[in-house]
Amino acid sequence: MPDAAPLIPTPASDAGPQTPRDRVLPGALRIERLALEVAGKPLVNIERLVLDPRSVTVIMGPNGAGKSLFLRLVHGLIAPTRGWISWGEVACGEATRSTQAMVFQKPVLLRRSVAANIDFVLRRRSGTKPERRARCEELLTRVGLADRAQQPARLLSGGEQQRLALARALATRPKVLLLDEPTASLDPASVQMIEQIVLASSADQTKVIFVTHDVGQARRLAGDVAFLHHGQLVEHRPAAAFFATPSSEAAKAYLSGNIVL
Amino acid sequence: MQDFAGAFGLAFGLIVSGDPDLFEIVGLSMRVSLTALFLSCLIGFPFGALLVVRKFFGRGIVIALVNSMMGFPPVVIGLLVYLALSRAGPMGWLGLLYSPTAMIIAQTLLIAPIVAALSRQVLEALQAEYDEQFRSLGVSRGRAMLALIVDGRYGLVTVALAGFGRAVAEVGAVIIVGGNIEHLTRVMTTAIALETSKGDLGMALALGIILMSIAVSVNLGAGALRAIAERQAYA
Repeated sequence: MPDAAPLIPTPASDAGPQTPRDRVLPGALRIERLALEVAGKPLVNIERLVLDPRSVTVIMGPNGAGKSLFLRLVHGLIAPTRGWISWGEVACGEATRSTQAMVFQKPVLLRRSVAANIDFVLRRRSGTKPERRARCEELLTRVGLADRAQQPARLLSGGEQQRLALARALATRPKVLLLDEPTASLDPASVQMIEQIVLASSADQTKVIFVTHDVGQARRLAGDVAFLHHGQLVEHRPAAAFFATPSSEAAKAYLSGNIVL
Repeated sequence: MQDFAGAFGLAFGLIVSGDPDLFEIVGLSMRVSLTALFLSCLIGFPFGALLVVRKFFGRGIVIALVNSMMGFPPVVIGLLVYLALSRAGPMGWLGLLYSPTAMIIAQTLLIAPIVAALSRQVLEALQAEYDEQFRSLGVSRGRAMLALIVDGRYGLVTVALAGFGRAVAEVGAVIIVGGNIEHLTRVMTTAIALETSKGDLGMALALGIILMSIAVSVNLGAGALRAIAERQAYA
């Protein structure tokens, strides 16, 4: 039962009873009987899934397993046919989306300079021009693009574009970072940089949900793994257990390098 | 054919000598059409962006309407503006008929739908690319519209030039509401029509040559701008 708010504000020193923080942390994802159907065809169907508010969750599965749709559903970009999605204690929607940031498989960059792409997001928040410039520089340094600030964003290489997209995502200081195969077809140096930034963000209290079908990458990043197959949640377990002894046939075959259809 | 060659000679003479009557007409043409273009962009760009960003009920009908207004005959626009501005009309008290302002109004009504319809087409492609990212970032509709206009700027320049070409080359509307009055409302197209019927082919040809060179250089400029934009990956 929730505590009733006191009518008279108590002094700050009196902290009062601690509520279990995880219940209200915006990074805790809770899914109940989620289904997405398009034209009568079931694309995603997840009975129940609860994610830890802090760890890096890796979503794995073959192409067409519904990984990208899953990410869009929990980000609130598409509405489910049925079911319930909530973050912390807030139903998934515009309010939760504003505390999250998503990096798409193919980065969508504005037809502007690298710095202007970051500033586009920073300008939504209050902040003076010098403050924004400093923050922009800090973000670009973090992704190794500080010397490219004035270049047109769309002239960057694929890896640089994705790093810029990641910097822009971090500019909002998201509570939850959603990444949809951000390193597919990138050079190893960019992959490593993106993975490092993702791990650093996770260490910095950001919940990360990372979609990949690269097993090696999943091993490097995952705290827990959710394996999707044909839109169904086949397994969700801590990474160590998942990689050591996958329980489902599909995940077993996938991890051993067999082609899973 | 004698006349024809003579007319060309006369035309070049007028242009090279900088004939004041000729350049007064050219100047008024540019002033009227550029002002109309400016107003049309002010209306057309945001309206086009709005049609892209807001998926309201009846949007398809509005788009079809705007698209069909692109083909509106200038004389009909001229007639409607004439009716509105004539002394007995609802805006007759403004006393604008047969003035450059009336011509600007008519040309704005003529090309604003063109600018709106073409910008919608240009921005639609951009929106398809940006939409999901903008929703993810929680960008408001107003900011999305502004961002589309700013990022689609090179495409929109081409749109504006299409509108300008239509305005500067049009006779029907400006002759009805302007009246082709010498030193007041005579522009290139109305002057060409008049001089041709008078038989003063030299003046008509001189104006025709200038009009065509404006049209050609405007299009070349648009092409060059587009090429630069593509090289800079802004387009």
